[in-house]
Amino acid sequence: MAWVNAVIQGILTGGLYALFACGLSLMFGVMKVVNLAHGDLAVIGAYVALGVITVTHIPALWSFVIVVPIMAVLGYGLQRTLIQAALDRGVLITLLVTFGLSVVIESGLLQFINADSHSLGVGESIITGSFSIGSQIQIPYLLLLIFAVAVVVLLGLQYFLSLSRYGRMIRAVADDQEAAQLSGIDYRHVFGIAAAIAFGTVALAGIAYGMYSQFSPTTGTDTILLFAFAAVVIGGLGSLWGTLLGGIVLGVAQQIGAQINQADQVLAGYIVFLLVLALRPQGLTARRAQS
Amino acid sequence: MSEPATERADNDSTPLLEVRDLIVHHGQLRALDRVSLRVFPGEVYAIIGANGAGKSTLLRTIAGLHRPTDGAILYDGKDMTKVRPERRATGGIVMVPEGRRLFGSLTVEENLKVGATYARKGPWTIERVYEIFAWMKDRRTQRTAQLSGGEQQSVAIGRALVANPRVLLLDELSLGLAPVIVQRIYAMLPQILSTGLTVLLVEQDVSQALRVASHIQCLLEGHTTLEGRPSEVTAEQVEAAYFGLSPAAAEGSEALWHGSTPSSRAS
Repeated sequence: MAWVNAVIQGILTGGLYALFACGLSLMFGVMKVVNLAHGDLAVIGAYVALGVITVTHIPALWSFVIVVPIMAVLGYGLQRTLIQAALDRGVLITLLVTFGLSVVIESGLLQFINADSHSLGVGESIITGSFSIGSQIQIPYLLLLIFAVAVVVLLGLQYFLSLSRYGRMIRAVADDQEAAQLSGIDYRHVFGIAAAIAFGTVALAGIAYGMYSQFSPTTGTDTILLFAFAAVVIGGLGSLWGTLLGGIVLGVAQQIGAQINQADQVLAGYIVFLLVLALRPQGLTARRAQS
Repeated sequence: MSEPATERADNDSTPLLEVRDLIVHHGQLRALDRVSLRVFPGEVYAIIGANGAGKSTLLRTIAGLHRPTDGAILYDGKDMTKVRPERRATGGIVMVPEGRRLFGSLTVEENLKVGATYARKGPWTIERVYEIFAWMKDRRTQRTAQLSGGEQQSVAIGRALVANPRVLLLDELSLGLAPVIVQRIYAMLPQILSTGLTVLLVEQDVSQALRVASHIQCLLEGHTTLEGRPSEVTAEQVEAAYFGLSPAAAEGSEALWHGSTPSSRAS
């Protein structure tokens, strides 16, 4: 029964990891940006949420209404300025720039806030509780909610990309920037839109993590970015549903590892990650570029 | 630069598209060296030449995908030289690129919809494209990767048409296609032209170009070696201009020009 519990907890945690990963996957799929600042941006999202909650006293759960638009605007702005300027100079420069951005964000948070851990207090509500199945399986409502949010985000993204006008433009630009220009599309603007969406999901990831656990300025690189990368690689680069699968596989591996030995939780996740890299480098969902 | 228009016999119309002394570099290589041309409304203007003559570079520069070192591109009397490619497309200069360049993960219909995203007002709609390419409607939900080369080329043309261009740039339509398919695609041209389009095309297949064009211009290593109406030039002249042979065979002809000014355009 303990193993069943581990698998269920792993699947639910996988939702959180998928939320970490989908912005990373989208940015890579559309503009071939490997955003090394991804995790730090999620942490920024969490800090912004903390600030918003402190100032406005809205419930943590609803902070996304303000934080997501803020991060989306930041995403559009960063893409149109810093990231686009880097892209114009090449892939390697883009990698260096996002790495630099990561360092700047982390140092900035340490400098201007502090190294303390924070969390987004959900307060006394049903969401802090859990329900049980049988005697051994305890399912926290919060984790269930985060999983549901991840599925809704991925479904929404899928729906938006396949059916909307902007989604079609994003896919066209991801296929062939030059041909898109010949159809009158300003690919830099479309990149900006894609970045805004990616940053919106990053904000959700940050808020979800802040409610689920504690965050500090270094959480971005030592947890979120690494888990996001692992989920993306396991699931298959550029595939949205692969991201969810990757997150779930990572989550289950970690929980099973923890079941064997509490200290091996993170290690187990990375062993699976390495196995996938070695045996199936294209990821579990061997699809072509995200559609 | 002298204004060649003053030499023209019929000055009743102004060029829709004009290229003046265009110089384009690919790194150190001078791909185009003072190439000029003037395309008038309703014309089918063909650029011919061997591989590496600079034909595609010329078309891509007109579409805005290359930045010229010097020279000017005028469209409808306005200087477009520094305008971004997407603004040229929405302004009415639309290119069918070499190699088709369809959006591979999109369906046929989605490719057309992308083409129509920022369309100008005009006669072309997705329905109209389905009318001239009859097979397309039934297969509109297929990914373009599943289509044959000729079908892909048709979708690429359709994608350009739905933007309702005034000038349609066709880059090497025949590339990689069977001759019979090429003929079929070129047979579409009159239908396309009947809606009032002007066509500037690049073609390696000289006989095909001579058949459809109302005006031809031959490039060799970035220079204009010949230009005129197909009826005015002889096969020998074309051959000489195409391969850069001695022009002796064509001596005395008014249509052979070793310069770059399109001053032979008197009709």
